[in-house]
Amino acid sequence: MLKEYLKIDKIEGPLIFLRGIKEARYGEIIEIQTGDERRVGKVIKIDESLVVAQVFEGTSGLSTVNAAIRFTGEPLTISLSREILGRRFGGIGNPIDGGGPIYSKTKYNINSKPINPVARKYPRDYIETGITSIDVLSTLIRGQKLPIFSGNGLPHKELAAQIVSQAKIASDLNEKFAVCFVAIGVTRDDGAYFIEKFEESGTIKNVVMFINYADDPVTERLSIPKCALTAAEFLAFEEDMNILVVMTDMTNYCEALREISSAKEEVPSRKGYPGYLYSDLAFLYERAGMLKDRNGSITFIPILTMPNDDITHPIPDLTGYITEGQIVLSRDLANKDINPPINIMPSLSRLMKDGIGEGYTRADHPDLANQLFSSFSKVLEVRSLAQIVGESDLSEIDQKYMEYGKRFEAEFINQGFTERRDISESLDIGWKVLSVLPPEALDRLDDKTIAKYYRR
Amino acid sequence: MKGEGRITYINGPVVKGSGLESFMMREMVLVGEQRLIAEIIGLSGDVGTIQVYEETEGLELHEKIVGLGVPLSLKLGPGLMGNIFDGIGRPLKKIEESSGNFIPLGIGLLTIDLEQSWDVEMLIETGDHVKGGQIFGRVVETQLITHKLMIPPGVNGVVVSSVASGTHLTDDVLLSVQDKNSKVTEVKMYQDWPVRKSRPIEKRMKITQPLITGQRILDTFFPIAKGGTAAIPGGFGTGKTMTQHQLAKWSDADIIIYIGCGERGNEMTDVLEEFPKLIDPKSGRPIMERTVLIANTSNMPVAAREASIYTGITMAEYFRDMGYHVAIMADSTSRWAEALREISGRLEEMPAEEGYPAYLSYRLAEFYERAGYVKTLQGDEGSVTIIGAVSPAGGDFSEPVTENTKRYVNAFLALDRKLAYSRHYPAINWLSSYSGYLKMLDEWYFDNVGEDAIRLRNQVLRLLQEESKLLDIVQLVGEDVLPDSQRLILEISRVVKTGILQQNAFHKDDSFVPMAKQYKMLCAVWHLYQRASACAEKGIPMSQIKDDALFEKITKMKYNIPNEDLSGIDAINSEVDTYFDALLARYN
Repeated sequence: MLKEYLKIDKIEGPLIFLRGIKEARYGEIIEIQTGDERRVGKVIKIDESLVVAQVFEGTSGLSTVNAAIRFTGEPLTISLSREILGRRFGGIGNPIDGGGPIYSKTKYNINSKPINPVARKYPRDYIETGITSIDVLSTLIRGQKLPIFSGNGLPHKELAAQIVSQAKIASDLNEKFAVCFVAIGVTRDDGAYFIEKFEESGTIKNVVMFINYADDPVTERLSIPKCALTAAEFLAFEEDMNILVVMTDMTNYCEALREISSAKEEVPSRKGYPGYLYSDLAFLYERAGMLKDRNGSITFIPILTMPNDDITHPIPDLTGYITEGQIVLSRDLANKDINPPINIMPSLSRLMKDGIGEGYTRADHPDLANQLFSSFSKVLEVRSLAQIVGESDLSEIDQKYMEYGKRFEAEFINQGFTERRDISESLDIGWKVLSVLPPEALDRLDDKTIAKYYRR
Repeated sequence: MKGEGRITYINGPVVKGSGLESFMMREMVLVGEQRLIAEIIGLSGDVGTIQVYEETEGLELHEKIVGLGVPLSLKLGPGLMGNIFDGIGRPLKKIEESSGNFIPLGIGLLTIDLEQSWDVEMLIETGDHVKGGQIFGRVVETQLITHKLMIPPGVNGVVVSSVASGTHLTDDVLLSVQDKNSKVTEVKMYQDWPVRKSRPIEKRMKITQPLITGQRILDTFFPIAKGGTAAIPGGFGTGKTMTQHQLAKWSDADIIIYIGCGERGNEMTDVLEEFPKLIDPKSGRPIMERTVLIANTSNMPVAAREASIYTGITMAEYFRDMGYHVAIMADSTSRWAEALREISGRLEEMPAEEGYPAYLSYRLAEFYERAGYVKTLQGDEGSVTIIGAVSPAGGDFSEPVTENTKRYVNAFLALDRKLAYSRHYPAINWLSSYSGYLKMLDEWYFDNVGEDAIRLRNQVLRLLQEESKLLDIVQLVGEDVLPDSQRLILEISRVVKTGILQQNAFHKDDSFVPMAKQYKMLCAVWHLYQRASACAEKGIPMSQIKDDALFEKITKMKYNIPNEDLSGIDAINSEVDTYFDALLARYN
């Protein structure tokens, strides 16, 4: 027997406060009927008979007396089937492409249970993105969560689109490959860009999209990633598909979280973000991975724009602590028109060590990557010296490093957003630029490898 | 008496209930129809504040709260070793068997398998007098670890009945002990112990032994002691987890307790897949046989994260009481502190620095103080060493968790983002790290490594300090303007940094390096420096002194000299002598 409540005690931002409630479950969904319009909300705090709920569609138009509120007793669930591929959904998993609803026997709770670490399979297969700097230096592994740290105005959406259209899993499981694309608070232009790119590359049939535009309700930004990941879990773990989840922009998600938190009058921690920002992000990111008894996988590429390009800002900082590495874009390279402008020094893939080398990519890969890094870090030292003493006064070896640095950026990193290079091509380019340096300077490579690839 | 109350308030992991006047602080309770495991953390009148160790979604107003009458406890006994537990000590493998890939709600407080049978060797007979902490039996739990069965602390008296050696279930009563008030206590293979209470010992002892880790930057430069405490702070990507894994694999503790506290699920999976394959060099057995894992990954409930640290340290103390040397790796204590902050925020407590509760410092102290080198109740020596990773926000060491941790640990191994970016691993910064154990271990190094081991280490560190000053100058004017004696410092420092401080965790000889090789390597580098600087003083130009082949040989000692046969280092030393003797002869 469901009761209806006809009075809202207080409305504040996206939150409504209800008094005199006899029965309420934490996290349950409430339905708010105003005239013909039905909205959905979620109980986020219960204190004696005072219930606080957030309204997904926003509270504008609600008054304290014009709504009838029903408690459903159920958490937020969505229907899922294979039919979701090629479809577009809104903030609470509702279709927004004009197509019909999705039917399924089981309803899926968007807050899934944590994966038991014992049940996980350690990710090892690499994904070839066709982008040299990623494939060689921060290799993406199937089942990994690898974010892109970008800044406002940097070409992260071009990079994301490039990854989506070029990515190939080495062991040929491609037929069961699909993309789950999630837009959180993005502009309509950016949304259109992605749709166009997916159509161009012909992947659109294998893309399920969850879209919350910049002018859509803030509360939905909190539910949309959970809906999307639930869909991804369904495809990966029930339909045995390999899912690449691309989520942009996580900064908007965190900001929505902060807004709701301050409306709830919670004690803020760093920069006003709630103390549970880490746990909350982890609930999303940790849903990526593989299971021992399933063939599918969820590979997760969240994109976030670092406020003021600051990597120590709480959002990139906490993200970096949860994800398995990061790919950092550099404004400096972008200004030099080097694309994709990946700053290799802070970029890192933690799972790469177990997914490259003999049997995966090529035997020389690990040491070559190591050498490219350490030589480039030397370049940075030489460059700062050159700024003071002038390039012409550098020693002979330092001049070679300058040359290596230039070619590394121009040939190795720079490839544009349309070219696709396979892994051996990418590794060869690495050797080509490294061959600028004398063999004695290659301290991370053994003599046999040098003999095989150097200046070939 | 067990009480019962009703839910009145729910906010994330914090629940309040009324009708709880008979409940105790820190009592374990079951909340709601689903019987979620929880703990009382505050009482005021008949209203109690409860932190719930499971996800609270779906809890309903006015649902039941049932008290269990005991604080959050662990069952400590055979079956711990080689296993993996969640933050409140529930075996995750068992949960997987019963519930599949995801961890469900309300599965109750599972423990070690009480139905498992073990071969018990009894050391005590009926009529014997026993006291708390005394070892009364033995179980070979894994080939590496013999589990010693102990009389629970507080139990003293005469054994009135006992079983014979042989196969028994974990849950069987092995002994009955009657105390002087004629009260009879049944003793089983396991004992219950509240996680927040430290286990009793005979007395604390002086720290005299290092924890040998096989990592040069630690053993040679910043040693950790058995029974000591160390913190490893570092921003993300600097290699905290990597360093912790290396310590878990190679350190010479008898038992490793690895707490994955609020970290990545795949990291635990990595350990679970890798450790059973890694062979302990001393015993030839997989190192998993001496390891206990505790996993509260970042997506598991936050209240259980707070508890995971105590679960780990309690297990460590239990094994210490058997006379073992136990090392705890807590990765990461920052997540634990953040769990405290999150719960504190939900309790609407007045925040101190950066939102952390004012009692953060005290809680950290409480934890690190449970480390120590002790004489157990049985009279044996045992130790608990704590190595805590710290993940400072933004990599900034001035934040509250790092600052407060520094007050209670004796060794501080600062990871450096700049070193990590240039792939210098382990990225432990030699200028900002320190170890307070150097003084205490002085004697051990003198007796076991070399009479001049500590002096040599100090000299090399001074050289590196000198180098860092010189590098500031080089940044401005270039290397060429420095006098040869200073350029030599730069060259030798390069050898020290690449040849000694950098260590390759994936190389078969370099992953673990015995103390003898570490010492010889350091001697060889110093020898090179002595000979070279004598030549520099004579005015011989750098181009002659720095023989690339020779310097490279020293740099690559770590790869080319096998750990079992160090004669190659002596050969290099004589090569150095031959080269510089010839050089001097030419310039005289």
